[in-house]
Amino acid sequence: MSEHHDHDHEAPRRHRHPLQPDADDTLTYHRKLEIAVRELLIEKGIFTADDVRAAIEELDGRTPDRGSRVVARAWVDPEYKALLLKDARKACESLGFDMDLFDVTLTVVENTPKVHNVIVCTLCSCYPRMLLGLPPSWYKSRAYRSRMVKEPRVVLKEFGLELPEDVTVRVHDSTADLRYLVLPMRPEGTAGMSDRLVTRDSMIGVALAQRPR
Amino acid sequence: MKGYHDLGGESAGPIETKEKEPTLWEKRVEALLMLLTRRGVLKVDENRRALESLGADAYHNATYAERRVMAISNNLILKGVISVDELSARLAEIDRRADPLP
Repeated sequence: MSEHHDHDHEAPRRHRHPLQPDADDTLTYHRKLEIAVRELLIEKGIFTADDVRAAIEELDGRTPDRGSRVVARAWVDPEYKALLLKDARKACESLGFDMDLFDVTLTVVENTPKVHNVIVCTLCSCYPRMLLGLPPSWYKSRAYRSRMVKEPRVVLKEFGLELPEDVTVRVHDSTADLRYLVLPMRPEGTAGMSDRLVTRDSMIGVALAQRPR
Repeated sequence: MKGYHDLGGESAGPIETKEKEPTLWEKRVEALLMLLTRRGVLKVDENRRALESLGADAYHNATYAERRVMAISNNLILKGVISVDELSARLAEIDRRADPLP
């Protein structure tokens, strides 16, 4: 918006290039609102600019790797799996993951040869962030939120997943206070393989955990 | 009557499965929410209530991050953490900046 302005009257700046050159450079009303709110809160001492930076770093560090480790452990350790299905919070905390983000209940639902689980949030975009990080863009989309509870097989097909007719599909609608995570089935013949088999999408339920090709 | 945010079972077009990574400003919105929750300024249910009170028009014409930043600012005003005057003065001041993007 302003790259051709004369900046001689200003202090020199180190970064003249945008941090994210991909379309993050339009100053919309909502972006202004974020800047204004953030600046006011910093001035009021609610938090510092460095707290914001550290929070973004923390968000970036919270990836589906956490969920993968939980699932991979459940695959090899029946006792751990039993705890995970009974008290997921405790099972995750025992691997050292902080679950303090929100005071929410986490429920893990297990896929079997006869039951396939998938998660959605029709009311908002509630998601097991403590284990998977920020939700993917499609999870927040109107189409996914509207349709998953109505025609799950059609939606799953759009993700490339076709399930046999004799497999029951269970859709779990999350709320602010109750989040779900899918425990995918371990692909056959993968004993000794790492948690890389466990993808984010397999823990949402729009894909299966698969053997490496 | 169900709320405008309650989308379950509505008809909608195909799902755009191609992913868009969150931009820096979108992550900042998440960071604000996380910090305000941790500091005890906002509760998760207050955030939800604010999202459900934006009105159908604002809700459906905004992106996820846009909805969330509106909900945050509405809540902060409602709770007296910031005032409408302060906010509008700051927005006007940002407009006058030569290079307003942080």
